[in-house]
Amino acid sequence: MSALSVERLSVELGRRNVVDGVSFSVEHGEWVTLIGPNGAGKSTLLRAIAGLVDHEGTVLLDGRPVRRLGRREVARRVAVMPQVPLMPAAMTIREYVLLGRTPYVSYAGREGRRDHAAVEQALARLDLVDLAERELGTLSGGERQRVVLARALAQEAPLLLLDEPTTALDAGRQQEALELIDELRLDAGLTVVAAMHDLTLAGQYAPRLMLLSGGRIVAQGAASEVLTEALVAEHYGARVRVIEGAVIPVRA
Amino acid sequence: MNQRLWLLAATGFLVVALLVGALVGPVHIGLVDALESMIARLPFVHMDSPLSPTQESILWDIRLPRVVLGALVGSMLAVAGASYQGVFRNPLADPYLLGVAAGAGLGATIAVVYLPNGFGFQNALPPSAFLGASLAVVLAYAIGRSAGRGSGGATLVLAGVTVASFFTAVQTFVQQEHSDTLQEVYSWILGRLPSSGWNDVEILLPYVAVAVVGILLHRRLLDVLSVGDEEAATLGVHVGQVRLVVVVCATVGTAAAVAVSGLIGFVGIIVPHAIRLVAGPSYRLLLPLSVLVGAGFLVLADVIARTALSPAELPIGVVTAFFGAPFFAVVLRTSRRMAA
Repeated sequence: MSALSVERLSVELGRRNVVDGVSFSVEHGEWVTLIGPNGAGKSTLLRAIAGLVDHEGTVLLDGRPVRRLGRREVARRVAVMPQVPLMPAAMTIREYVLLGRTPYVSYAGREGRRDHAAVEQALARLDLVDLAERELGTLSGGERQRVVLARALAQEAPLLLLDEPTTALDAGRQQEALELIDELRLDAGLTVVAAMHDLTLAGQYAPRLMLLSGGRIVAQGAASEVLTEALVAEHYGARVRVIEGAVIPVRA
Repeated sequence: MNQRLWLLAATGFLVVALLVGALVGPVHIGLVDALESMIARLPFVHMDSPLSPTQESILWDIRLPRVVLGALVGSMLAVAGASYQGVFRNPLADPYLLGVAAGAGLGATIAVVYLPNGFGFQNALPPSAFLGASLAVVLAYAIGRSAGRGSGGATLVLAGVTVASFFTAVQTFVQQEHSDTLQEVYSWILGRLPSSGWNDVEILLPYVAVAVVGILLHRRLLDVLSVGDEEAATLGVHVGQVRLVVVVCATVGTAAAVAVSGLIGFVGIIVPHAIRLVAGPSYRLLLPLSVLVGAGFLVLADVIARTALSPAELPIGVVTAFFGAPFFAVVLRTSRRMAA
């Protein structure tokens, strides 16, 4: 059974189908990256998979429709790294990572030993043990990214959704973050669905790309099939050369 | 400092405040005598109070009920302010945000103007203020919900502002029509703790107890809400439901407090923020500390209110702002932490 299966999914926002009859499935342990111009529907598609927006069609997580699962049950199956995470400046890293355990704690209850162990494990995995008491407001962009990943890891959800995981990072930190996510995917057997703008990086890390435009999937497959000069020109309106997987903008 | 130390320190502050409140006043009562009088009242203790009957009456029928009432009102306003700031992620939120003050103000004015003799058996002002406050918040919630589904707390806050302006306009109109009642309404608006024995305490206690327990049960979830509605939802929280329950608890408690004490300002903002600045932003610690420190703060403010111009009384709302603002400025300057 697929880790994620999306069938004829449509999302209407402001009387417009932002996602328009999309179908695809993702196998366990796979990494799929959504690419597409601004407004193509990438973020909305991710939000629908996480059960955050009303949708038509079905989203199946391990064969179970997300619409029928409770909020907590979805949160145990899907961890989301938002495009711009809201990180309260005075909260410590450990407190923040502990929030990842929310789906396992009863309504008015407190975290137990199992939860604290999961937090320590996530902190150790991402080299954050020594920083654990630092306040979020004091962190650099790269550190913040690792902290958000640690929270997602503590959530112990098999499916990881990443919305623009590299936007705020410099070139070195972008590579670091993506390498780390790939390691975690292999170690923990995670399934990753990401939305990305950097086409070269998208092609380097995801064996399968899906090009979204106007709410529909217009091309999918390996980077060599999707990242073509013609497709990029048609859907992004950009002039590029593709050289050995690198998508390079050129001036007329 | 760890959590236990903070709670211990705050409890110590409250005990000292309660004792100061019980001992300070025009009639001198010694600390030891007062404590012996309290012990003598415990069941199964056979001991005579060292106080004269007059002192005994001043302590038990006038000062202690007022001190306890101040503690209840102070803890309610502080914890309600802290939880409003949490569910709306708005540092300027106070317990009056959704129209409690304006609604209670209209209710109180109507009681003073149209029901000067009360309901026969009791003063009409507290129940009327309570009803007005509840009505205003229910209206704000209804408007906020129908206007902006899923847009978070911002619509709700705007609806609160709208309802508050409307209620204030009606209140001002009624007041202008009956300018002879201005004095009475104004003194209620500035806030004052009544010295009317244990009756007010008995009325207020159940509301505050239920509200405080209800809010404290949500202290972990309020930490989750601090990452925003959508992220909290991806962590498995029903944000709207949590917000509703916390707002209902905070509002009912605040409405009950306001009904007996008038509109005491500033406590709901200054106490939680002062605690955040020294003890950090986590609601797990912030909420219980707000209960303890809010209670002690208002008891001390009331001591100043009734002694500074003795035998006249200052409105307690004036005291909370006059002493609270400079204190807060000092905390703000000396703290390394950022206000959340």
